[in-house]
Amino acid sequence: MLLSVRDLRASYGAFNVLHGLDFDIEQGSVTTLLGANGAGKTTTLRALCGMIKRSGTIEFDGKPINRVKTEDIVRLGIAHVPEGRGTFTTLSVEENLHLGAMTRPRGEVADDVDRVYALFPRLRERSGQQAGTLSGGEQQMLAIGRALMLKPRLMLLDEPSFGLAPLIVEELFGILDDIKTNMKVSMLLVEQNAALALDLADRAYLLETGTIAFSGSSAEIRDDEAIRNSYLGY
Amino acid sequence: MLAGIATGGIYACMALAVVMIYQAIHHLNFAQGEMAMFSTFIAWQLLQWGFPYWLAFVLTIGISFVGGFIIERTVFKPIENAPVLSHIVVFIALFAIFNSLAGFIWDFTIKPFPSPFGNASLFGDGLIGAHQAGMIVMTFVVLVLLFAFFRYTRVGLAMRAAAANPESARLVGIRVGMMTGLGWGMASAIGAVAGILIAPVVFLEPNMMLSILLYGFAGAVLGGLTSPGGAVFGGFAVGVVENLAGTYIPVVGAELKLPIALFLIIAVLVFKPNGLFGRTIVQRV
Repeated sequence: MLLSVRDLRASYGAFNVLHGLDFDIEQGSVTTLLGANGAGKTTTLRALCGMIKRSGTIEFDGKPINRVKTEDIVRLGIAHVPEGRGTFTTLSVEENLHLGAMTRPRGEVADDVDRVYALFPRLRERSGQQAGTLSGGEQQMLAIGRALMLKPRLMLLDEPSFGLAPLIVEELFGILDDIKTNMKVSMLLVEQNAALALDLADRAYLLETGTIAFSGSSAEIRDDEAIRNSYLGY
Repeated sequence: MLAGIATGGIYACMALAVVMIYQAIHHLNFAQGEMAMFSTFIAWQLLQWGFPYWLAFVLTIGISFVGGFIIERTVFKPIENAPVLSHIVVFIALFAIFNSLAGFIWDFTIKPFPSPFGNASLFGDGLIGAHQAGMIVMTFVVLVLLFAFFRYTRVGLAMRAAAANPESARLVGIRVGMMTGLGWGMASAIGAVAGILIAPVVFLEPNMMLSILLYGFAGAVLGGLTSPGGAVFGGFAVGVVENLAGTYIPVVGAELKLPIALFLIIAVLVFKPNGLFGRTIVQRV
């Protein structure tokens, strides 16, 4: 197991958001966390990265990372594409990409920038531009590109489709599929758009107010009409 | 005009230091001038002990860098999430502490401070001396070094990222607290350079930086708080405006020179809040 989480709890102040989650991510697979607004999806990602207080056990590659700081979790190869994309708006597109490889040896960076540009040609066109001037879709591409610059073993994606036009979303998920099959990057994908996420993911967990209501393979969930109707709304 | 450029060099140095701290923490450091003054006293002390000038210069910069770093780590780290008002109170406290400490250790008598460039008059009938010229050159050297550091080094990029978006910076593995500390260290070191260059002109005493810091602020605001190059330009501009107004507008005279700086700050904030060269931050969502 690449990532193994047991009894994960997290809270904002006195307000408990996660009430003991258990889930696993297999090497090379895409796992999705589905659920309504406020179910705790984003909180789960933030808890994994140590951005908020958490308890329980989180094992990455067999080693516990509960007490590891955010900056050092990155060094283990976990890249987080945060909610809102986390763009460094005042820096250029290329600088944003370079920042993604901050923890890696300098020599390899230039090649990797090229690789990201090959994946997202539109970023190459805008390489010198201030990143805050990019459209929402381009900023999302930049965020994913920045995460890839880490050569991550696990990528945490927080609602990549959020606020984007359907066509852009389709393009984006095509690229994510490409990353999955060709680069063998494992992913934990948080999505509101369940249909889209289930197409990409191998396994899904259904989150309801901080607990896991259901888990199974993507196919199982897709085919279960009761779950679809009551939780996913399609 | 020439005299204005010469004093402008002083303000440019100070404005540069102000902008550095602003980049790192997004607050104006009111104690900046007093920190620079204290550094200058350290340099003076080293010279009194017989150190050669440039060794004292380098040592002072090193000490100031470490000092600035330590101040950030010990005083400002614990209140990093506190409201702006807490920061301002601490700035004022630092201001008072450095001012009285310098008075206590080195007393308040005015001391001469040597110039490495000599006092020969270059041109302009003594308006620009060798020291003024050297000071201007030094300011530009510092500026170019800073520019290269922020543009071409990894740490420079990391510092900019940490200031621009601390949370994202953490997510790419940048130790944000370290970067803030570094920013303070650098600002303190630049302040030391400014202080050492200014001291031969205004003489060394604990209150030497009071008005200069104001002009420095004016320069920084005029040039734009996000732009080190703008700050240097702003510093020179303030120097020139101050001198021209003081000389040619009869009402202004020597007494009303200082309010010009304040007037400039207000005028810029009202009409062009980002300064002349400050970046307007564009953000699409």
